[in-house]
Amino acid sequence: MKVRTVNYIFRQGLTGLWRNRTMSIASIGTVAATLIILGLVITLVLNISNLADLAQMQFDEIQVYLKDDLFIAEIDNIGKEIRMIEGVSDVIYESKEEALEKFKESWGEEGYLLDGLEKNTLPNSYIVQMDNLELADSIVKDLEPLKGIDEIKYYKEIVDELLKAAKFVRTIGLIIILILILVAIFIISNTIKLTLSSRRQEIGIMKNVGATNWFIRWPFLFEGVLLGLIGSIVSIMVVYYGYQYAFNAITSRFYLMLSTYIVSVDEMMKKTVYIFAVLGVGVGALGSIFSLRRHLKV
Amino acid sequence: MIELHNVTKTYLKGVQALVNINLKIEREEFIFLVGPSGAGKTTCVKLILKEEEPTEGSIFIDGQDVTRLSRRKVPYHRRNIGVVFQDFRLLPNKTVYENIAFAMQIIEATSKDIRRRVPMVLGMVGLSDKAASYPYQLSGGEKQRTSIARAIVNNPSILIADEPTGNLDPETAWEIMKVLKQINRRGTTVIMATHARNIVDTMQQRVVALEKGRIVRDEQRGAYEYEG
Repeated sequence: MKVRTVNYIFRQGLTGLWRNRTMSIASIGTVAATLIILGLVITLVLNISNLADLAQMQFDEIQVYLKDDLFIAEIDNIGKEIRMIEGVSDVIYESKEEALEKFKESWGEEGYLLDGLEKNTLPNSYIVQMDNLELADSIVKDLEPLKGIDEIKYYKEIVDELLKAAKFVRTIGLIIILILILVAIFIISNTIKLTLSSRRQEIGIMKNVGATNWFIRWPFLFEGVLLGLIGSIVSIMVVYYGYQYAFNAITSRFYLMLSTYIVSVDEMMKKTVYIFAVLGVGVGALGSIFSLRRHLKV
Repeated sequence: MIELHNVTKTYLKGVQALVNINLKIEREEFIFLVGPSGAGKTTCVKLILKEEEPTEGSIFIDGQDVTRLSRRKVPYHRRNIGVVFQDFRLLPNKTVYENIAFAMQIIEATSKDIRRRVPMVLGMVGLSDKAASYPYQLSGGEKQRTSIARAIVNNPSILIADEPTGNLDPETAWEIMKVLKQINRRGTTVIMATHARNIVDTMQQRVVALEKGRIVRDEQRGAYEYEG
């Protein structure tokens, strides 16, 4: 394609964009809204699966919470029984007092707030260490029939919960995004239709003089792509600043303790920018192609 | 050279616009297509431009069967044919110069060619001093001359004029005829569909008369109708 043709296409595309400003803004808005919601879903999913990964790393132990009304002898007994289970390498007892102490530590400077507690509601527990993470399921199965156990917490459960949540968010998100993408394509194709009808006479002349089909189509395609691209830039900015704000708010309010659990802003943007750009441009191109097929006979 | 072989055009509603037309137009000929409204003149023009497909028959232009032309090649076929309409079809937001240059831009002519050709055709139609005017600043005759300049700027071998004088007063119509005749003298085949009886009678060119989609008369140096 020749340079002046490219020039022509750019100029015509921009003119079309400007001529139907209202519809252009509507199109850009829908694309942006679609992508922002996509951003929200990606943010949630990425963070949840990040949490799942971290959980897997940190909860390589099984925590066995004991019922509150046990005698010390009973507690000891349970400890012995746990030690007997195949695959268990070590068992550490953690009393409710120790648990509270640990909890206070994790709260850092705010720990004194816990001093006001009248009753320590944390349970006594055993921390079970395994020879091998893969044995977790079978160990848990052996633990379950033991008497005096209130609850068994181990990484797999947490990870499963998290993965389930991620999957849920992803499914709902995908449905919403799919609908929004269709809406965006529809609105863009309508915008292009407006430009088409405002340029009907010009197109007629172009056909008579013998402009090639693609020469006629390109400006409209470019206009659609531009709408999508601007929409995606808007959404990238919103997601970037929004996520940065949320990230800062969370990490400063709950202190750095949480910052390791949240995907960093840069990491997040690295993963989304390309998706957004490709989707924006794709939606724009599709919208104009639909419109051209419907309303431009060449 | 344009040849129509047994061309029939039936529109979807069963309207027969053209019935079994056989017509041969030589290179550099000047020919009038005459007949009442709905006789099939415009359909003829559309078939030659390949805006419509004939229901039956074939159309040859310079030996090439137009009806078999692939969609991709249609634009190149049209570059060989200039068209002028009754309603001028100028772009209102472009000057005379820009309107003509537009026809060259869209076939991707170089700007050097454009700067050379546009003033030349403006001279040919006598509009050199109106290059910077917008269509609303022009008279009807000037508008039509602009549209003729646009039709010939890419140097087509055929010029089709569909009722080019339909919106013009008789005096202006003659201006246009002079321009068309001059273009014809330079070697362009001119096909003009018209109602204008006195123009046809005066010009003494070949006349093909259509009626209800059939050729009812075809004579050299003819008149609009037989007298009496």
